[in-house]
Amino acid sequence: MPLLEVNSLVVEYRTSRGKITAVEDVSFSLEKGETLGLAGESGSGKSTLGLSIMRLVPYPGTIAGGQIKIDGVDILKLREQEMRAIRGRKVAYVFQDPMTSLNPVKRIGDHFVEFICTHEPTVKKGQAFNRAKDILKNLGISPERIGDYPHQFSGGMRQRIMIGLAIALNPDLVIADEPTTALDVIVQAKILDLLETLRRIYGMALILISHDLSIILERCKKIIVLYAGQMVEYANSEELHENPMHPYTQGLLRSIPNIELSDQQLSAIPGSPPNMLNPPPGCRFWPRCQFAEKKCSSEAPPLVDVGNQHFVRCFFHVSEGTNNE
Amino acid sequence: MSKSEAKPKILASIFMPLISLKRRGPSGWMVIFGLIIVLGLVIMTLIGPWITPYDPSKSLVGPIREPPTLQHPFGTNHLGQDILSRILVGGSIMLQVAALSVLICLLIGVPVGLFSSYVGGAFDRIVSLIIDAVYAFPGLVIAIAIAAMLGPGVINMSLSIAVVYIPSYFRIVRSHVLSIKELTYVEAARAIGAKWYTILTRYIFPNVISSIVVVVTINFADAILTAAGLTFIGLGVTYDIPDWGWDLTNGRNYLATGAWWMITFPGIMIVLLALGFTLMGEGLSEMLNPKLQR
Repeated sequence: MPLLEVNSLVVEYRTSRGKITAVEDVSFSLEKGETLGLAGESGSGKSTLGLSIMRLVPYPGTIAGGQIKIDGVDILKLREQEMRAIRGRKVAYVFQDPMTSLNPVKRIGDHFVEFICTHEPTVKKGQAFNRAKDILKNLGISPERIGDYPHQFSGGMRQRIMIGLAIALNPDLVIADEPTTALDVIVQAKILDLLETLRRIYGMALILISHDLSIILERCKKIIVLYAGQMVEYANSEELHENPMHPYTQGLLRSIPNIELSDQQLSAIPGSPPNMLNPPPGCRFWPRCQFAEKKCSSEAPPLVDVGNQHFVRCFFHVSEGTNNE
Repeated sequence: MSKSEAKPKILASIFMPLISLKRRGPSGWMVIFGLIIVLGLVIMTLIGPWITPYDPSKSLVGPIREPPTLQHPFGTNHLGQDILSRILVGGSIMLQVAALSVLICLLIGVPVGLFSSYVGGAFDRIVSLIIDAVYAFPGLVIAIAIAAMLGPGVINMSLSIAVVYIPSYFRIVRSHVLSIKELTYVEAARAIGAKWYTILTRYIFPNVISSIVVVVTINFADAILTAAGLTFIGLGVTYDIPDWGWDLTNGRNYLATGAWWMITFPGIMIVLLALGFTLMGEGLSEMLNPKLQR
């Protein structure tokens, strides 16, 4: 039984100007200890998908359909109280902005103590404190700083503390929502290494959400590329790197700078993501797609299995090599 | 030996906050002066009954309407009562009313503001509408109306003043919660499975306290002036209890006869007390506003 199973999930935002389908018919599964990357532009539904696994989609968003199973239990059917027991204990979330993710009036140690004691009422405060110290040590932060307030730490340290909080109760799954976007490149690598190390030590599964496909290619085994709320491609990272089939994925890969090819032309994908209140008919990517034909603007392409556990939502699903000929 | 070592520590813990206030610059000094004034007046009122030269309620301890002399440094009033003695004890009603009304405001305005803002939606709309309706009235008018309805007395005065000031607590708390509840650490608290009241009491409330403290001090100053106003128009306490506001009322009747001392000294005391709280409030609001720090 997979750790996480998402079946044809639909998440909608009902705004005064109309309904926005932020996540449309997304299905995937994740085994214990596996890594999954969610890639896509801003507004493609990455964070909404991540938050819906916690059942924390912010108002006015609602999960309109589908199933999310954690250890075989459909969490959409759970009561709020049962859901609270899952949040933090089974599934933990690392937010994008470390500067505002910690309560400014609470000491670092108290963050850990409260978190641990909420989920394990039998643990005494002193024990929780000692556990917090051990975690800080693992994070590379001096345990003496346990009494400091969040503003006394740098951004990178705060993000490490957030990760420490996420793993404090040894969850089965950690969802890291752009954990390094607010940090500079050197700290970025350190944070990702830390996540990787901790993931190995504790044997957690990881969902890494990022707009940076290169990070995801490097760190994740499976990759989902989202475009305008839809899964456009789903494959293993080697497969996706060697043989990207959707024009959008191809465009994303071409826009990654490569230091080995000095004369390589970096290309951006023309146009901008569609207005989700009024998405284009047919394939959502066709207005920006260089291969678009008449069919693309009228018929919505299905998600096709092209073998080798590779799925793509395109009528032409041809590899880049043959297309460029 | 351990006791003698402990003593400086206790002293230090009392005076350290004051020293750290000094380092905060002008706003720190405002708080210090405010504190000195308020504490001075509170202590004076507390020990007043034992240090009054005459019985403050007894008539004809001296000549009627006598200007300040050595026997009666602040003069006497139309009943021949010693004004200095009345000043020394006359703050008690005012302080009680101010403290009680602030307490009522805190107990009602803050929780309602927290809850209403956090819950949001229709509930918040309705509560805000009711509170705004109260807010729309001129404060003194509504206080007078309620005080007239309830009759004189410390508790009734406090209630009528509290009604006037609950909206300001509610609005300040509500607006702060509105912005704080959208911050990531509140969402992060939800993501670690915190209950709604844990989020409200441990994550949101502590971040609102600093602004509540400021409202409290400013509210104290206003409550004192409103209490004086209520007494001034006869809706305060009965006149056998010495009170600055009551003395002010009587003094006004005899001002035309040239008895300036009857109105001056109680007036100065009320202004001084209000000033003390205002200094504290303004200083604190500057100090606690992180944008004005460095």
